[in-house]
Amino acid sequence: MSTPTSSSVTGSARVKRGMAEMLKGGVIMDVVTPEQAKIAEDAGAVAVMALERVPADIRVEGGVARMSDPDMIDGIIAAVSIPVMAKARIGHFVEAQLLQSLGVDYVDESEVLTPADEAHHIDKWAFTVPFVCGATNLGEAIRRLAEGAAMIRSKGEAGTGNVVEATRHMRAIRGDIRRLANLDEAELYAAAKELRAPYDIVAEIAETGKLPVVLFTAGGIATPADAAMMMQLGAEGVFVGSGIFKSGDPAKRAEAIVKATTFHDDPDVIAKVSRGLGEAMVGLNVEQLPADQRFAGRGW
Amino acid sequence: MRREIELESVDGLILPGGESTTIAKLLTRFELMEPLRKHIGSGLAVYGSCAGMILLADRLLDAPSDQRTLGGLDVTVRRNAFGRQVDSFEGDLDFPAVGDRPMHAVFIRAPWVEQAGPGVQTLASIPSGPAAGRIVAVRQGVLLATAFHPEMTGDTRVHELFVRIVRAA
Repeated sequence: MSTPTSSSVTGSARVKRGMAEMLKGGVIMDVVTPEQAKIAEDAGAVAVMALERVPADIRVEGGVARMSDPDMIDGIIAAVSIPVMAKARIGHFVEAQLLQSLGVDYVDESEVLTPADEAHHIDKWAFTVPFVCGATNLGEAIRRLAEGAAMIRSKGEAGTGNVVEATRHMRAIRGDIRRLANLDEAELYAAAKELRAPYDIVAEIAETGKLPVVLFTAGGIATPADAAMMMQLGAEGVFVGSGIFKSGDPAKRAEAIVKATTFHDDPDVIAKVSRGLGEAMVGLNVEQLPADQRFAGRGW
Repeated sequence: MRREIELESVDGLILPGGESTTIAKLLTRFELMEPLRKHIGSGLAVYGSCAGMILLADRLLDAPSDQRTLGGLDVTVRRNAFGRQVDSFEGDLDFPAVGDRPMHAVFIRAPWVEQAGPGVQTLASIPSGPAAGRIVAVRQGVLLATAFHPEMTGDTRVHELFVRIVRAA
């Protein structure tokens, strides 16, 4: 690809991670059609995530969930001026190649879709387009970083409307980071082994006290209060999947979740935007889900 | 800064990167658009990077027809002028206003200045390649704007320039 100056480079780690920096404090919404993308943009989303079906429908309908139809992705890109992300199956590097060639701005290598490889995630360094990946704990987050992820989101349990797993994963990641910061240099080697993660990245996080990339939350956020809680727990932004378009009044709920994310430390604002939103999406109790219907266990 | 009342105690304001479409919508919805315009009109020093440059522009190209800006800078800015994220890049620029050492600049879905009015000083342009000559840093009085993100490289010279502008204002 020709770059704007002879000395310049595209697809560097800084350029990929920097894109996520631009989304901080914002809400990224799952959409399956251009019409939904427009509603999300009008509500104040910082980006939209294109996928074939929202997680709640994947749960109900079953079958294999794949990347979205290229025509649909083209339509979504044409419909909005905000960035467009799209989901590829774990390990499905050709879906990711297609998404890059379609011009999406970020690829989500997502456990919500049916995994295409049970041993390997995508080698994300090989791409110009940046990737976001899910994680349930710090070790998993660092393994994704080692593969080239430029943004991390806590996995939660998508399509349940139940925030409990998002809370668990965000607390696990943030808690592990705080523990690392208290270790001496010799202890970091054992910590890297326990985390099953490369020492260099472990040492970097121990020194800086944070991930080297932006950390969002995802999976089960259904109300403005859910979004605000995750922000107070240390998320730098929010992915909302089924929570918006499976609810009674998507436009109004989307706008309310955006406002609650911005003013996450102001209960008066959150109370105000939480009124009159109509029905929330139907919730599922995660502990009653059979193991094979839990998405968070996909990926390793 | 999220509330009008916080604006009263501000000497200089930085409009950071982000999604200009989203920021413009939220400025209106959170009732900050008019107060900010008023402060800019009465001489508040503002530095806008990337989306911030778009927000300071008087005129936009390749933006949704309903996208509003704060304005103040007599320039026409083209949104996403270099392309989508896969075209985002980093490279060196000459930026004589902050010294002889080249500035390593990170451009993310970045805009450029398509046309600048007579009172606008060009501070940096793309040196070579297909976009050679495109203006990516400008100043007009107390308003400063760059299409790139100096905060991503640890080079503080643009911010130091802005602090000097605020102090002198």
